[in-house]
Amino acid sequence: MMGRGLLGIEDLDRDDIELILDTAQHMKEVGEREVKKVPTLRGRTIINLFFESSTRTRTSFEIAGKRLSADVVNFSPSSSSLSKSESILDTAKTLDAMDPDAVVVRHQVAGVPKRIADVLDAPVINAGDGAHEHPTQALLDLMTVVENKGRVDGLTVTIVGDIAHSRVARSNVYAFTKMGAEVRVAGPPTMMPVEVESLGVKAFTSLREALDGADVVMALRIQRERLSGSMLPSVREYNATFGIDRAKMRFAKDDAIVMHPGPVNRGVELSHDLTDDRPSVILDQVRNGVAMRMAVLYLLAGRKRSRNEEAS
Amino acid sequence: MRISHELIERAEAPEALYLVGIPNGGVPLARQIARNLAEIADLEVPVGVLDTTLYRDDLVSSGARPKLRRTEMPSAVDGHVVVLVDDVASTGRTIRAAMDALMDFGRPSAVQVVALVDRGHRELPIKIDYVGKNIATGRTDLVKLRVSGETDAETMEMVLLRGEGGTSA
Repeated sequence: MMGRGLLGIEDLDRDDIELILDTAQHMKEVGEREVKKVPTLRGRTIINLFFESSTRTRTSFEIAGKRLSADVVNFSPSSSSLSKSESILDTAKTLDAMDPDAVVVRHQVAGVPKRIADVLDAPVINAGDGAHEHPTQALLDLMTVVENKGRVDGLTVTIVGDIAHSRVARSNVYAFTKMGAEVRVAGPPTMMPVEVESLGVKAFTSLREALDGADVVMALRIQRERLSGSMLPSVREYNATFGIDRAKMRFAKDDAIVMHPGPVNRGVELSHDLTDDRPSVILDQVRNGVAMRMAVLYLLAGRKRSRNEEAS
Repeated sequence: MRISHELIERAEAPEALYLVGIPNGGVPLARQIARNLAEIADLEVPVGVLDTTLYRDDLVSSGARPKLRRTEMPSAVDGHVVVLVDDVASTGRTIRAAMDALMDFGRPSAVQVVALVDRGHRELPIKIDYVGKNIATGRTDLVKLRVSGETDAETMEMVLLRGEGGTSA
């Protein structure tokens, strides 16, 4: 349940997700006005606590908070000075003493947002933790699919790439299966987690089979450092086998859309022309990201544990 | 219908009118008034919908956030006489929120308020320009308007529930 904070899609039920999607749709309208700002979170403070750098996600949260009139403070400690988990919690407690109304956390290690949430009064929003979850990304992806397809229920969604190391894949698997889509994952065997099908998805090592009849094709970003190691022989081979281009899209449905969480390695996960033009909806995803984060902040910011407990 | 006539009579420039319904109850009313104006004076008046939730002053720090409703402003409000339409007016806080929201859409030349029912208990210095019916109520009474259909407000039923809940508008 979405009580206090948003740590992962795994914790949400379908009603929660529908409320968030509905709220985000209204927030999108605010972003289309000439005055793109509402006074809803006036006087509230949101801290972006990013241990792992991510200009795009941080900017998206920052714009979202500012459009709701919250004061947004960015705090990006260098990970070198914070290698022990104790000092991470100390940092979090220090920030909590400044009485924020929400803390947005990104960390390279899975589970850190949860540990921080356990010691904080303020609600914590997970902006990506290791290979665990990236819930706002999955929510904005759902929103983008609903906008383009009118629904999620009954669609076939194929996620392609490094499934094992991707928090985007994991959150999207939860999100799309909870909303009634058939989810397929495809990638090299070295990038496929063991027992992935226990999450309710179908796993493929043949891209052609995975794309057959797909309504949505979601390519994941390949981390360059993984390409040089033992996971993959070469970038070129990855692109030949799992890179999405117009020729491979012919296996999917005629009206299938292409998604990518960004930033795209052009010519690796997606061909150049697919990165820029329909049927890819990458910029829709970015646009919806701001609306989605506004929705999450609206629903969560200021709902503190201590006050909640007093009220109940 | 009477309110529609009054609007025409009192408007200095009827062609500058712009109706804005406040969800949920005000929206079918605004549409009905627009239809009446078309019938009476052959006027095409734009009708907008303005949700005030994001402008409320009572978003408490705990508890569930209210669900948002849609906002649709078909054209700029600059230079128009904007008539806010609500079903039941009471404290004036919704009207205050609606005025703030409206200003984010431009600079109307004037703002007026229509309420089908005014139940009193104003907490802010806000005057309702056109009132369908004044009803004396207790603070804890609940006034409910039953309007048939989303677009047709021709038939309406008013229910006053004594002491059943908090203020509804």
